[in-house]
Amino acid sequence: MKRNVAIIGGGQTHHAARRHDVNQVEMVNEAVRAALSDARTTIDEIDAVLVGNMEFFEGCHMTDCWLVDGTGAYGKPGLKITTGGTVGATIVCAGVHHVASGLFDRVLCVGFEKQEEGDTGAILSGVAHPLFGRSMAGAAVGYFAMMATSYMAAWGAKEEHSAMVAVKARQNARKNEYAHLKLDINIQDVLNSRMLAYPIRMLDMCPASNGACAIILADETTAKDRCEKPVWIRAMDTAHNEQFELDWRDVTTQKSIFSRVSAARIYKRLGVNKPTDYFDVFEIYEPATWAEMVWYEDLGLCGPGEGFKLIENNKTGIDGPIPVNPSGGILSTNCIGASAMLRVWEAALQIRGDAGGHQVPKEVRRALATAYGGTNWTVLTALSRNIDD
Amino acid sequence: MSDRVAIVGVAQTRFSPKRPEVNYAEMAYEAIEEVLKNTRLSIERDIDNAISCSHDIWDGQTISNIGITDVIGGHLRNEEKMAMDGSTAVYYATIGILSGEFDCTLILAHTKMSQTNRNIVNNTAFDPIYTRLLGLDFTSAAALQAKRYMSCRNITEKLTAGVVVKNLSNAAHNPVAHNKGFYTIEDVLNSPLVAHPIRRMDIAPDSDGAVAMIVASERRAKIITDRPAWILGIGTCYDSYYLGDRDLSDCWALKKAAAQAYKMAGINDPSQDIDLIELGEEFSYQELLWLEGLGICGPGEAGELTASGLTAVDGALPVNPSGGLLSGVPTNVAGLNRVAEAALQIRGEATGHQIKDVKVAVAQGHSGFCGQHHCVIVLGRE
Repeated sequence: MKRNVAIIGGGQTHHAARRHDVNQVEMVNEAVRAALSDARTTIDEIDAVLVGNMEFFEGCHMTDCWLVDGTGAYGKPGLKITTGGTVGATIVCAGVHHVASGLFDRVLCVGFEKQEEGDTGAILSGVAHPLFGRSMAGAAVGYFAMMATSYMAAWGAKEEHSAMVAVKARQNARKNEYAHLKLDINIQDVLNSRMLAYPIRMLDMCPASNGACAIILADETTAKDRCEKPVWIRAMDTAHNEQFELDWRDVTTQKSIFSRVSAARIYKRLGVNKPTDYFDVFEIYEPATWAEMVWYEDLGLCGPGEGFKLIENNKTGIDGPIPVNPSGGILSTNCIGASAMLRVWEAALQIRGDAGGHQVPKEVRRALATAYGGTNWTVLTALSRNIDD
Repeated sequence: MSDRVAIVGVAQTRFSPKRPEVNYAEMAYEAIEEVLKNTRLSIERDIDNAISCSHDIWDGQTISNIGITDVIGGHLRNEEKMAMDGSTAVYYATIGILSGEFDCTLILAHTKMSQTNRNIVNNTAFDPIYTRLLGLDFTSAAALQAKRYMSCRNITEKLTAGVVVKNLSNAAHNPVAHNKGFYTIEDVLNSPLVAHPIRRMDIAPDSDGAVAMIVASERRAKIITDRPAWILGIGTCYDSYYLGDRDLSDCWALKKAAAQAYKMAGINDPSQDIDLIELGEEFSYQELLWLEGLGICGPGEAGELTASGLTAVDGALPVNPSGGLLSGVPTNVAGLNRVAEAALQIRGEATGHQIKDVKVAVAQGHSGFCGQHHCVIVLGRE
């Protein structure tokens, strides 16, 4: 990259299942104002506005156009990208490209979803191929049910392990004032929750949230001038799996898959040998409990088949040696277009030491954020406190 | 720009009202396969990333770039989907290369308008609370803009019909165009009224098709081709959303986008420095309005300028020698087709409709009703 790029501010809404008090424009504006205020910047100082959102989820075409009053894009350059669940991170990538190009010094990235205005399950079924996949599609729950049964059969994990992930997420969320599902639950509550598709129960899945996130990126000079605690974007990597590569349900597959390929590439770029030593905290995109355990393995936080032991031994708790999703993650808040950006923003908050109640109790120099969407797509973002670290 | 970016290859499918024999991925692959063949590049070896351009709502598939992951080389690699007019994909690809992150980018835009009804799709671009229920679509919104522009600037229906006559006769020489022919102004004025003052022949018809393009850094471009079309300037800008918040007879956002692109390209006098323009006239009046926005003439002067023949293929400043959008280019693909046609002209490859000695060409595209978001790309031979 030609110029170093830093996060100089960000903000998010208080995520919730219902936001009858605001329309999409007003909801997005809450996050934009929070980000501008956090970055001590005015909208007039922003050079470009980039929007990420999946328009089918609200049934609104060209949301970036409608939202100009909320995003502040009126009279400014900008664009809209849609890449499914990964879009929030893709927008950050796009923002980094904008700043690194030298054409823009301050770029506002916005991701949002107001899921109550659509039917998430129906829309997610529309992900499947109209000729070959749609008649057997079961939205996201179906996909993760297959991943889960494969995981249990291959590695001997139990439903209790999944429940441990569910409890960790919601208990962490109780420490995060912005999280949607702040549930004081235990393992038994999860195992008693309604079965959706074996072995996925209600509390194993993420919620459908309304919410927005905004991040302001800047070049090195601006960041050092204007920001006390800039968080540097060290590397990004994007990988998509082709839709008919269905091997991913088989957790023992030896084939190249998106998550492992992307992790290997970003680790090589940064010179990471042992990710658990290199990164101090992880914010990952886990739409279902089982996906979190698969991420542990794909990111190399443990060996293949050992992910469920990490949660069993409480290694990934807020105060554990490998904190994963201290924010509560996707299992607690999923406003799709914002979700991947929230991972990046939460990772940045941990580096700044500004995560409040869910700040991990150790020094955070580096963090890794993942995104998850499409038919197994990801964007990985590595962040650091020091520019050359 | 200290570092330069160039278009090194372009391929287009033929445009047609309906392509029932292919799905959108197969249609997209026609263009991708050809652009790779023309440039002798391989996706695996040479392409760093891909940018696609379409809308879920047009494709009828959630996260519709899932459908083209394989054909665009996205498997285990980087692909991002722009949900805007295709010109903005060129804008973003240029920024990606200037950032130093990528050296060679494949761009694809595809849409099959035959799969759905444009007015139903476009109605959902109006906000669900205040304006959607009025039943507005892009044609009825454009009629409001046409009415406002034409009455403020004394533009007659004859003058807008002149744009149709010019572009459809230009299209007769464009091998990929499907809406073409030699008509008179009377033919246009006699075509059925759709939304006053817009008649059927004033509207870009429904089309299916795809365009692929490869852009590269200066270092790579010089290895790939001896005829790069250099991207000299880029600009985008959003206008207000609600029609009542805009002066529809003006195009403020286009002026701002053009000013960014011209500044970057070092264009001081657009009417003198530009040899050719490919712009997005979804409706005939827009060609006149956008020419004013691009600074080619003053407010209300574009009608007479067109009538005088200045923008004809043999005029001093040919506009849409390809036939423009009226010749039948799908929405979303529209802007990438504009940039592609401008690049073909710069490269001397516009078979059948090549204009002599094009050194600087401007392409313009827009998203949103009545041109809310504009993108301007300046291309040059040097």
